[in-house]
Amino acid sequence: MSILVNKNTKLICQGFTGKQGTFHSEQCIAYGTQMVGGVSPGKGGSKHLNLPVFNTAHDAVKATGADASMIYVPAPGAAEAILEAADAGIKIIVCITEGIPVNDMVKVKATLRADYPDAILIGPNCPGIITPGECKIGIMPGHIHKPGKIGVVSRSGTLTYETVHQTTANGLGQSTCVGIGGDPVRGMGFIDVIRLFEADPATEGIIMVGEIGGASEEEAAAYIKTSVKKPVVAYIAGVTAPAGKRMGHAGAIVSGGKGTADEKFAALEAAGVKTVRSPADLGAAMLSLLK
Amino acid sequence: MNLHEYQAKALFARYGIAVPEGRLATSAEQARAMAKEIGGDKFVVKAQVHAGGRGKVGGVKLVEGFDAVEEAARKMIGTRLVTKQTDAKGLPVNSVWVEKPSAIARELYVSALVDRSLERIIFMCSPEGGMDIEEVAEKHPEKIKAITVHPAAGLQPFQCRELAFFMDLTKDQAEQFTKTLLGIYKIIIECDASMVEINPMIVTKEGNIFTLDAKLNFDENALYRQKAIAEQRDLSQEDERERTAQQFDLNYVSLDGNIGCMVNGAGLAMATMDIVKLHGGAPANFLDVGGGATTERVTNAFKLITSAPDVKAIFVNIFGGIVRCDLIAEGIIEATKQVGLKIPVVARLQGTNMEKGRELLEKSGLKITPVSDLTEAAKTVVALAKG
Repeated sequence: MSILVNKNTKLICQGFTGKQGTFHSEQCIAYGTQMVGGVSPGKGGSKHLNLPVFNTAHDAVKATGADASMIYVPAPGAAEAILEAADAGIKIIVCITEGIPVNDMVKVKATLRADYPDAILIGPNCPGIITPGECKIGIMPGHIHKPGKIGVVSRSGTLTYETVHQTTANGLGQSTCVGIGGDPVRGMGFIDVIRLFEADPATEGIIMVGEIGGASEEEAAAYIKTSVKKPVVAYIAGVTAPAGKRMGHAGAIVSGGKGTADEKFAALEAAGVKTVRSPADLGAAMLSLLK
Repeated sequence: MNLHEYQAKALFARYGIAVPEGRLATSAEQARAMAKEIGGDKFVVKAQVHAGGRGKVGGVKLVEGFDAVEEAARKMIGTRLVTKQTDAKGLPVNSVWVEKPSAIARELYVSALVDRSLERIIFMCSPEGGMDIEEVAEKHPEKIKAITVHPAAGLQPFQCRELAFFMDLTKDQAEQFTKTLLGIYKIIIECDASMVEINPMIVTKEGNIFTLDAKLNFDENALYRQKAIAEQRDLSQEDERERTAQQFDLNYVSLDGNIGCMVNGAGLAMATMDIVKLHGGAPANFLDVGGGATTERVTNAFKLITSAPDVKAIFVNIFGGIVRCDLIAEGIIEATKQVGLKIPVVARLQGTNMEKGRELLEKSGLKITPVSDLTEAAKTVVALAKG
């Protein structure tokens, strides 16, 4: 078992024939993901990477029965691409694109909520989602993963890889890893993912990696306290980050004294979450909880 | 990205928001001329820097007469202003804003930003203007009121009235207030402002609403479509190294420590700073070199890191997923040679082709120590920085 994606997931790529779309689609196919085609407006009817190219997401879904999409469309068109996927009936929309204006995401989220309540958005500005051995959607290096029992949810790409690396090395492996992205307004949040991990029989422990900015870690802490029985290990990046500075991710900023790493650590600890102060200790902490 | 007060006020005026009459001057003589243009005998002279807290350190002066305007401007222009929001070096004052003083009856607070949990734009107001709003929020939460804007409907006048009457404005003032808020909303939507804070917004003795001081932030992700805003960027107000980083398309933030960090990915870059601190070191910077860690990017990153005089060692922490470690190793070696690096480098390369990468670093004959364990790498670099 796993959450959201598995070997039956049929994936298309929006922005398929671009440089990023091409490279990462190749990687996903090589990993074994069931890719069934892609979208590039104006190139419909042609073939790319041996797969059919469509003009619209609607055409792609109709012809292939795709239920997931990964988006590499550049930032000015990415918000629109999310809505196109939702309108075509795609259930799992994974937006990798970085740099989407926040005003665009506010509109996207309001529209999804009102008109496409069943569509699940992951990202933007994220590495994607992977169920090891079954389905990789995104830019993560597939080979570091190992099928197993830990659910990983993170706001950061490379920190997810770090977590995966440690849980692979100590033999725990991963059920599914979800990169929810570094933007202030995004699709799935910690709570959405943790709820699914809690219900997934294959997931025995949950590792969450947060960072400064916003209050989603505090909200997740409150949820974990009341609704999660599985062991949770957490790390928050940015203890040393100065206030008022955007630390790479658009969402990683301490403003008005709010959203500091210390506050988040405190909230998680109060909720009974095992926190680690070094990202190097995530795997070991989870191993000790599961013993 | 931030704007100066004078730029913000010009933008406000364009959107129908009432601001006190004022003029910009880049010299003391010009300040006098501008005061003459405005007329009257009292003026406020305000240093134009990207930082709050100017009033407390002589950056805002209320003066009488043209001589006094010239004198005040002379003392500000060409100096650096140090406020509680700047570092110890302060920010250069290249211009002053000469303004007609307002007869203040009341000071209010208004701000607008995207609330991350609600995923919508909210407007917040308080009758306690001129104060530190975080303090008001903590001590008198009942004195703050917020409304949420539906993105399809946009800000509605009834919502503005709700805020206006919460602050006990009169009917006429509520109308002016509504006009101001609708203007702010338009700026957020049309110019991609990410945060607008007006503190204080004032009610004059004549009963009119004015925007006295404002802070405006813009969404960096949207600058590609906001050319007119992007052109107003004042690079003299930004950290020199952060400015250079921008030209190289690197994510860089200056810090006070002596261990330079070069990392791929923003989260890992923050975590690397944290782990350096955890093991007794002090990071000199945040630097996300990005996915494509090419020789050129690594060279630029090294140049940037070593341009900070205090840096004693460099910690390279790369999780090669898509980027191959051997390519990164080649980049590091090439960059080390090009920059003529004298200080030690600890390189932790993890992921695709890491063995090959290590081998290249070991054989290079340079002062580069490859370490594969993250904790071990952090301890090593902290020890090296201590010398």
